[in-house]
Amino acid sequence: MSVAHMSEHEREEAETHEQRALGFWLYLMGDAVIFALLFATYAIMIPGTAGGPTGKQLFELDNAAIETVLLLVSSMTFGFASLQVKAGNRGAVLAWLAITFLLGTAFVFLEVREFSGMIAQGAGPDRSGFLSAFFTLVGTHGVHVTMGLIWIVILGAQVALKGLTMPVASRLHRLGLFWHFLDIAWVGIFSIVYLPGLL
Amino acid sequence: MEHPETRHGLRSYLIGFVLAVILSAVPFWLVYTHALPPQRTLLVIGIAAVLQVLVHLRFFLHINFTTTPRENILALVFTALLLFIMVGGSFWIMFDLHSRMML
Repeated sequence: MSVAHMSEHEREEAETHEQRALGFWLYLMGDAVIFALLFATYAIMIPGTAGGPTGKQLFELDNAAIETVLLLVSSMTFGFASLQVKAGNRGAVLAWLAITFLLGTAFVFLEVREFSGMIAQGAGPDRSGFLSAFFTLVGTHGVHVTMGLIWIVILGAQVALKGLTMPVASRLHRLGLFWHFLDIAWVGIFSIVYLPGLL
Repeated sequence: MEHPETRHGLRSYLIGFVLAVILSAVPFWLVYTHALPPQRTLLVIGIAAVLQVLVHLRFFLHINFTTTPRENILALVFTALLLFIMVGGSFWIMFDLHSRMML
């Protein structure tokens, strides 16, 4: 829709959407600072194992590879949902959101299984400075993904009940920024935590 | 997906996905096979990670210099500067402290 064909009300809504997208972008940049400092803390704490297990003994490359695939595919499927929002195709939006939700849930499941396995063998966050930093960094990312999943459910319900109205589409846009951002954070995690740890 | 804008968007996500798969597969493969010495593998992991972040920004978050609002680019560049100072400064201080404590 070109700007000339918009009513006064629609133009105002579009402007609000732009402002909120910028506000949310600023939040994400703040989140990026948090993640970067958790990465720096982790990198400095790698030698601080206090005689406990190292990353090489604890990490599983297969698990990290599967998690990477799940999150990357989910980023793409969310992109497909965004395209269907633009096309105004409500059913397809719901289908792609559902697929994204399942992929994200599988990711969180693998992460929780990894964490509980480590804690069960005495390698919890209280074991060493290295493990405190590991659980803080990877756990913070996992909490973000979990929040993203809750957000997908809420917006899925809004799409189903209210349809693809301008406010709902605007919220979906911000959720998309959040979801793609989490995949970028994961690139940092497998490149700084898992791959060098298993080298 | 007949809408031209949609088709263009679909291509963007697919290109981004393929590039991201390649940039993930190469470092994982190197760690699986130990095809290169550790130092070189670390270098490849680092380069692939930086490239993949750029791929995500360009093809998934659609950051570019024509349609992305100026404020968003400024915020991104400012954040990059902050990260450089904070992360670089942390490493500088901690490694300096480390080498002095060893003396």
